[in-house]
Amino acid sequence: MATHTLDITKEHCPMTFVRTKLKLSQIADGDILEVLLTEGEPLNNVPRTAIEQGYKVLSVTHVEGNVHKVTIQK
Amino acid sequence: MADKKKLSLIAFSGEFDKLTAVFTLATGAAAVGYEVNIFFTFWGLNAIKQKRGRAFIGGNFITKMFGFGMGGLRKAPTSRFNFCGIGPRIFRRLMRKNNVATLEELVEAATALGVNLYACEMAMHILGLKQSDFIHEVKDTLGVATFLEISEGGQTMFI
Repeated sequence: MATHTLDITKEHCPMTFVRTKLKLSQIADGDILEVLLTEGEPLNNVPRTAIEQGYKVLSVTHVEGNVHKVTIQK
Repeated sequence: MADKKKLSLIAFSGEFDKLTAVFTLATGAAAVGYEVNIFFTFWGLNAIKQKRGRAFIGGNFITKMFGFGMGGLRKAPTSRFNFCGIGPRIFRRLMRKNNVATLEELVEAATALGVNLYACEMAMHILGLKQSDFIHEVKDTLGVATFLEISEGGQTMFI
């Protein structure tokens, strides 16, 4: 089980979701993906849509400033 | 699969900004789990041509001239501030500068996410275009009846 990271703090809609979705499709079942994202649309919707698509959101933690880390298991 | 959310877009316009709206909605929806269909018709067909610049594509003299005049994705004009073709360059630069995905990146993301691309048979006939003139990701050539069948049960937008 590998851990992958993805930084979408510099991205804007819709690429925040696009990069997350594409990364999730590339990693193996059971792998962990840590997504660094900013408050607002990405923080509100990336964890929600991950759950909707059947992934497990393990944690959402504050990193610094407006940056948060969402840990998703495929 | 029956309850999967679905978005179907009719891409009628060939302008850079309107195509950006088409592909932003398409990639965003596909990324959050929607089934997405885009039905390209009339000027929208320019977005899916294999040749992204200007090329004499068409069945006869008139349609070849049209094909050259319209060009492909790279030649799409903006609906405002086009300034004889300088507008799209300015917008592309602004998008890159602000880290917003460019139209080409959005098209690439749409195909990577498995967005279904369809071409309108009637408009292709008028403009003298064949499915082989389009990028190979274009799944099929359709008419209204099939598009209605595909889009049934989801949201449909005309851009």
